[in-house]
Amino acid sequence: MSFVEKTAAQLQEMIHTKETTIAEMTEKAFERIEALEPKVDAFLALNKERATKLAAEMDQVPFAERGPLFGLPIGVKDNIVTEGLETTASSRILEGFNPIYNATVVDKLREAGMVTVGKLNMDEFAMGSSNENSYYKKTKNPWNLETVPGGSSGGSAAAVAAGEVPFSLGSDTGGSIRQPAAFCGVVGMKPTYGRVSRFGLIAYASSLDQIGPITRTVKDNALLLNAISGYDDKDSTSANVEVPDFTAALTGDITGMRIGVPKEYFAEGVGEAAKQAVLDALKVLEERGAICEEISLPHSKYALATYYILASSEASSNLSRFDGIRYGYRTEKAGSLLEFYMNTRSEGFGDEVKRRIMLGTYALSSGYYDAYYKKAQKVRTLIKKDFDDAFEKYDVIVGPTTPTPAFKIGEIIDDPLTMYANDILTIPVNLAGVPAISIPCGFENGLPLGLQIIGKHFDEETVYRVADVYEQATDFHKKTPQTWEGAAQ
Amino acid sequence: MAKMTKEEVIEVAHLARLAITDEEAEHFADQLEAITNAMELLSELDTENVEPTTHVLQMVNVLREDKSIPGLDRDLVMKNVKEHEGGQVKVPTILE
Amino acid sequence: MNFETIIGLEVHVELKTESKMFSPAPAHFGAEPNTNTNVIDLGYPGVLPVVNKTAVDWAMRAALALNCEITRHTKFDRKNYFYPDNPKAYQISQFDQPIGEHGWIEIEVKGEKKRIGITRLHMEEDAGKLTHTGNGHSLVDFNRQGTPLIEIVSEPDIRTADEAYAYLEKIKAIIQYTGVSDVRMEEGSLRCDANISLRPFGQEQFGTKTELKNLNSFNFVRKGIEHEQVRQEQVLLSGGIIEQETRRYDESTGKTLLMRIKEGSDDYRYFPEPDLVDIVIDDAWLERVRSEIPELPDARKARYVSELGLSSYDAMVLTLAKPISDFFEATVAGGADAKLASNWLMGEVSAYLNAEQKELSDTALTPEGLTGMIKLISDGTISSKIAKKVFKELIEKGGDANDIVKAKGLVQISDENTLREFVTAALDNNPQSIEDFKNGKDRAIGFLVGQIMKQTKGQANPPLLNKILLEEIAKR
Repeated sequence: MSFVEKTAAQLQEMIHTKETTIAEMTEKAFERIEALEPKVDAFLALNKERATKLAAEMDQVPFAERGPLFGLPIGVKDNIVTEGLETTASSRILEGFNPIYNATVVDKLREAGMVTVGKLNMDEFAMGSSNENSYYKKTKNPWNLETVPGGSSGGSAAAVAAGEVPFSLGSDTGGSIRQPAAFCGVVGMKPTYGRVSRFGLIAYASSLDQIGPITRTVKDNALLLNAISGYDDKDSTSANVEVPDFTAALTGDITGMRIGVPKEYFAEGVGEAAKQAVLDALKVLEERGAICEEISLPHSKYALATYYILASSEASSNLSRFDGIRYGYRTEKAGSLLEFYMNTRSEGFGDEVKRRIMLGTYALSSGYYDAYYKKAQKVRTLIKKDFDDAFEKYDVIVGPTTPTPAFKIGEIIDDPLTMYANDILTIPVNLAGVPAISIPCGFENGLPLGLQIIGKHFDEETVYRVADVYEQATDFHKKTPQTWEGAAQ
Repeated sequence: MAKMTKEEVIEVAHLARLAITDEEAEHFADQLEAITNAMELLSELDTENVEPTTHVLQMVNVLREDKSIPGLDRDLVMKNVKEHEGGQVKVPTILE
Repeated sequence: MNFETIIGLEVHVELKTESKMFSPAPAHFGAEPNTNTNVIDLGYPGVLPVVNKTAVDWAMRAALALNCEITRHTKFDRKNYFYPDNPKAYQISQFDQPIGEHGWIEIEVKGEKKRIGITRLHMEEDAGKLTHTGNGHSLVDFNRQGTPLIEIVSEPDIRTADEAYAYLEKIKAIIQYTGVSDVRMEEGSLRCDANISLRPFGQEQFGTKTELKNLNSFNFVRKGIEHEQVRQEQVLLSGGIIEQETRRYDESTGKTLLMRIKEGSDDYRYFPEPDLVDIVIDDAWLERVRSEIPELPDARKARYVSELGLSSYDAMVLTLAKPISDFFEATVAGGADAKLASNWLMGEVSAYLNAEQKELSDTALTPEGLTGMIKLISDGTISSKIAKKVFKELIEKGGDANDIVKAKGLVQISDENTLREFVTAALDNNPQSIEDFKNGKDRAIGFLVGQIMKQTKGQANPPLLNKILLEEIAKR
């Protein structure tokens, strides 16, 4: 069964009319995954045995007790901890790690009745924009197997784009949901910081990380965010605010809505096709009654440097716990404790992770703290203020998700700065903590482009409303990659 | 901002408990220099009177009641531990 | 050259909360290794800390008891360092906004009072426990990981080992009174490191300091400081320089030994803990905590002098440890004479505890038991000498003083006729003593009293016996 053209509502319909069962749908999901994996390489661990058993049990639950996501398969990014299912964050240092607890979102998926089919590949510890930094495999972009799916949630985006699963969870620290969603032509939401619990999300940069849904459609995305949102007393940074029904926001009406279009998001480095696709999208929104105006987010150009200092600093500390003592990879070559630490960590971490750990360690070290870390925290205040000011006047901010569509595997892996530049349009959102979605808005050379819609703190509803109106007015989301002729249907 | 020398890279790697060869240190020094140069951009901003942001949300006093939940079974604690002895986790001895 | 010793002490105190500082695992001492932990204590990937409210209340209570100013906007920071007992490789601590600052306590050494400043009091989490096996590896028990700690850093105001000792006794007493910790050094709920440096008298600038660790009792703190003082003096006098280093006190030799030289690489890379939000303490919170502070030793001491008529010294000794002081209060509240109660606690009780190496709570003695006994002394039912027998019974087996006295027939003989019979018999049997007394040898009376006491098993009422004896001897 391909999930490419099926929404949650359609899948439920199939179950309710007995056209299929949860058990059969789960079985077909694994068939499709097994058929496509040799090409896509999106999955790390599969949860086949447990999922199959669970699915059969779920078929016994009366329809009246089922919610809109009940029995539907989902893939989970491998930095989200799953009890009894190997969780590695695509790092060698967590090879064989068998968690004894669940991330809060995984418990929530279970409460919603979703069936976790497996863990999805990513850049090691969510550091990267191409999935080439995984220790285990390189996920391919289903639209063109020679290009990257983006990152770090590349496996999550590719699996949905390829129809292996209708839903996945990703995480977004500087664009890690939105950039791969754009590259793979799917819908990816980074919720407001604090909307979704981070308990059980393997931390990269604690003050920026946020889990979010990746789906084919805006409505399914809203459904999944409904399921995973909410205050968690195990996460001190999770916000104790009411969670609305996000699907109720999809009214189809954006009349009079004020849309800010930051000129900085059309600056040098942003490709013509990406610019044009967004300009076309703005026309669509204007036709539906929105008012679009150019605005300025003056500190945008400082976001990248700010991000790399803050994220690397937090990462250098967050990743210190990986020492081979209590879990994970442990070196064979150690006499002294110092050698044990150094060898375990050097053998366990990949180059990009090491680079960021060193950058962060350097930025936090005593001689440089004020010049780097503290300075970056101050600039973060300015970047956040840019958004606060803009949101005084505008309901949402719209621009491209990425400067270009997916690039070729191996093309820029040795050039960290160029790689980092992929995230210039998504990073400011994380620094400000606001929600943003990427939805398909066009193609360049057969590769998808993404439209980014940014909202106010805890106003995912307006973001979804605009995204839904655009989606209903266009058919980009209906296009599917053609790589799968002959794959299990 | 200071250019990161190979020596500094080695020192930082030691602080981060990463073993790197001289060759790697040189490679990283080049890449990190490019990155820190890019970070240099921030110095053009006057942030004298700007408060640093640690949390984007203005939340304070998130506290938990002092109630305990029994500890994990030791078998679970040891499940992912590669080397243990008598219920304790084994580590190479510290050479002071 | 004469040197002045500059001492600063860092005291770590474990708070006896139910759960840990940042996790709900139990925070109890003495469990089987690695049974009081959870995924948060073990630093598993993805886990997050949540602050224990009681721990904050108690840190604040301790800070107030030590006369600190409370930082109204406080926060947690990460202190980064690798060590096997530190599972996250960072300790959640407080760096630049500790919960308490600018405190002080008053100490007394040889009758001289002195105020010692407290630079700061901050909250943090304890580490696990590392045991070195001696055969190439060490073992880690994470039970202690995450136990709430407060660190109390003194100003470098301490000048002698005796002052250091007095400071620690006072800190221990105050914290014990606040009820936030057991402050038991032998269980590690109170720990102390000492920073010591020397400078020539008159010089303003401090000399290079060494840090002294592994100080497992107040006595070792005193001895360690004394030794380190001499060592540094010898180094300086022989033209050497003091290295900034960490030394440990070796109990077997009484010397301090080099642990490690502190290098520039001691870079903890502190930064604000992004997984926790700030703590803002408003007036209501502060006043609530202030109102929860029980009476502190100095206040109790003053009350014992003014209300109970004890000497200043007795009041000081009685208030040094809260269990003794509480016991004293209960005894007096039960109706015992305060002076007698104080004498018994500081005398027999204290001697017994020292001899048996026990805590008061480990014995069978209750305030009711002691009160009962003291009342019997006061009303003349038993003599002080008999009381010692009753006391032994009370502290070893417990029970009621009256019952013991009755059961053992220890009631004092205060009946004149009965006593007169004993006296008559004694005089009849000892004519020589009468002779001696008449010849001016007063000692003879003592001998006769002893004989009578032997006959009455020590139960004769001494003043009455004396009176009758003198009456009867005069008749002969």
